[in-house]
Amino acid sequence: MATDVMTAQAPAEGLHGVATDFAADKQAFPVPWGKVMMWIFLLSDTFIFSCFLTGYMNVRISTTAKWANPSAVFSLAIGQTEVPLLLIAIMTMVLITSSGTMAMAVNFGYRRNRSVTTALMLVTAGLGACFVGMQAFEWSKLILIEGVRPWGSALGPPQFGAVFFMVTGFHGLHVSAGVVYLCVVAMRVWNGFYDRKGTYETVEVVGLYWHFVDLVWVFIFALFYLW
Amino acid sequence: MDHTADKNHAEGVQHPVAIYLWIWLLLFVVSSFSYMVDYFHLHGALRWTLILIFMIVKAGFIVMIFMHMAWERLALKLAILVPPLALLVLIGLMAIEGDYTFLTRLASFVR
Repeated sequence: MATDVMTAQAPAEGLHGVATDFAADKQAFPVPWGKVMMWIFLLSDTFIFSCFLTGYMNVRISTTAKWANPSAVFSLAIGQTEVPLLLIAIMTMVLITSSGTMAMAVNFGYRRNRSVTTALMLVTAGLGACFVGMQAFEWSKLILIEGVRPWGSALGPPQFGAVFFMVTGFHGLHVSAGVVYLCVVAMRVWNGFYDRKGTYETVEVVGLYWHFVDLVWVFIFALFYLW
Repeated sequence: MDHTADKNHAEGVQHPVAIYLWIWLLLFVVSSFSYMVDYFHLHGALRWTLILIFMIVKAGFIVMIFMHMAWERLALKLAILVPPLALLVLIGLMAIEGDYTFLTRLASFVR
């Protein structure tokens, strides 16, 4: 780390740099405040989702009943063959794609390319809406056809329904909020608000939130759907 | 992970779009790998190890590249990435507690 080439304003690197950043009579993090605040919010959200997933681990360890098999529960029939976890795989790909378009939107934002940034953000919001739509389909299938409830189901122990609705519901809520957030900021990019403000950092802040939503899904996908 | 050419300046980090497309592709590939774990019905320790490895690789790409953490100063990296390590204690405690509850239930309810 000590050999990194840095800009003139950032003399110290490594642990020495950490000490200078925190101890010197200056702003600790030389980035826009909105970005630091978003990171701290995401840190708190990390703890919320981790508590949910840890709770899930606890009930799954402690139940004496056989846990539902997500591979079979979330399969989709194509023609006559049941493909395991197909819907979840598609949802994962959609969310990863939306993360990719968001990363590019941030990049084009810093190039001050208004129309491409707006377009990429709207594509991101569209993919997010698509994800929520598929989740709504998944929920209705589970509630109406399989009869899964937060307090019980035929597929597994009652804890399965409780964890499923709580974890995916909270994540879906985050995605929905993100879609609204993206649309609001995309509108402001389009009408030149950030050109007048002189900085596109808000696009990066939205980007952080959106990538976090994708990040949480990585953990839910691995720990809930695949485990 | 840092390249010497990367700079951290006030107006944000500018990289060629290609890097995002590559990471995107990698995330697709790793996601398909974790899907394969399920598709080919791997079981036991191998399944859990692979799931966790792919999960951490994907999380690393998202946080480091998409969220630009790789190009932040070490102070911010530490401030954001170190506190979640406390969760390992919670996970450990809850695993022990879960095992205890499981054994208690076996002893009391399952005859």
